[in-house]
Amino acid sequence: MNPIFKHGPSPQHRLVLVLFCSALLIFFDHKMNSFESARGFLQSMVSPLQYLATAPKQMMNWASENIVTRRQLIADNEQYKVNELIFHEQALQLDIVQRENDRLRELLASPLRTEAKKMVAEILAVDSDPYTHQVVINRGANDGVFEGQAVIDDQGIVGQILHVGTISSRVLLITDVTHAVPVRISRNGVRLIASGVGVIDRLTHNYVPHSTDIRSGDLLVTSGLGSKFPEGYPVATVTSVIQDESRAFSQIQSEPVAKIDRLRYVLLLWPEQANTQQIKKSEAVSVEKVSS
Amino acid sequence: MTFANRLIIILTFLVALMASIMPLPLSVDAFRPDWVLVVLLYWCLALPSRVNVISAWVLGFILDVLLGSTLGVHAGAMAISVFIVAGNFQKIRNFSVWQQAMIVGVLSALYHLIVFWLQRFLTDAVFLPSYLYPVVTTVILWPWAFLLLRKIRRNFRIK
Repeated sequence: MNPIFKHGPSPQHRLVLVLFCSALLIFFDHKMNSFESARGFLQSMVSPLQYLATAPKQMMNWASENIVTRRQLIADNEQYKVNELIFHEQALQLDIVQRENDRLRELLASPLRTEAKKMVAEILAVDSDPYTHQVVINRGANDGVFEGQAVIDDQGIVGQILHVGTISSRVLLITDVTHAVPVRISRNGVRLIASGVGVIDRLTHNYVPHSTDIRSGDLLVTSGLGSKFPEGYPVATVTSVIQDESRAFSQIQSEPVAKIDRLRYVLLLWPEQANTQQIKKSEAVSVEKVSS
Repeated sequence: MTFANRLIIILTFLVALMASIMPLPLSVDAFRPDWVLVVLLYWCLALPSRVNVISAWVLGFILDVLLGSTLGVHAGAMAISVFIVAGNFQKIRNFSVWQQAMIVGVLSALYHLIVFWLQRFLTDAVFLPSYLYPVVTTVILWPWAFLLLRKIRRNFRIK
């Protein structure tokens, strides 16, 4: 059907209308953050599309996992056995150290660290938008995921949860321009902030005085300040330290430890729930000690 | 326009949306063509009374949600690019496929530049030439997408 007389408003009016809508959306979403709850809802709406879009990749993964030679499987298996032996030995050591640490902490009346709940998630989609660094994972509110939750991989910190849908959620990576992690140097405990610059293999550290003891190759771990990320997980290694006296601060860049450009599985961390009880208990202990 | 026809148009849009979020290796990802823009421009040229600025805005909005960018950025850019075609569809229809491809390339460049300007305005994004790589692949994609979508349109007699 080709109408001779056009129906509805003219293209110009439509354009003005939608551009006005766009301007409103941009203002309210970017400046006021008033779409936080709506975002979760929208995320749930589009998650079937995301699952569908990753189907070919899932199929390729399935094929590459199933079509392997027997020899390859045997080799892998042997490798895993050796790894298991090494890890088991390390776990024994860790167990002893942990118990010793717990005892010492109890002596100092500081809160015990307990095992946090963890969950493995798979990457559903990586954004093709070059301006933001985000990935979508296959866990959502149904699995108890919450906004601001820490996400790590087998090497170190990956990012935090940005929007939660029912069956999928969005992770903001530490390399995004809008993200920053409080870290400390594991060698000497100096505190820094690691901010993303929008490049996948680089973090930057602003406002570091020239006198700070920092060298290239230093490992940066989360400091636990800001209470988003649990303490002690590796974040980045320092790659360059430029101490140019003509500038106010030294320029420091580091490279994320996590393999952010080749993520496949990530780990979600829950904060330690038993912790609060432990604190109360240890506080009670210290109070008793004082009163006695 | 019957319900089935509408459904086929929506299906082509869904496929385009999926193609634009499909995970690709990082090196190929920079060259991902603007699937949604290409499909939108085709339908806008073929049925300007059905697919126009409003549909472009809605699809851009869905793309915003899928890509996690600030809501309204891709929507506005998409609407402006489609508006230009909606105003000149009778001229562009008569061009050869390769001439159309060039026009689509210019529109795609405009789309990416608008997105960049808005991002520059919102966050301090820095311009990299790689932001315009998709223009090349979109120009190459246009003739094939045009032929395929025309076949679909004629086969299902979408008017």
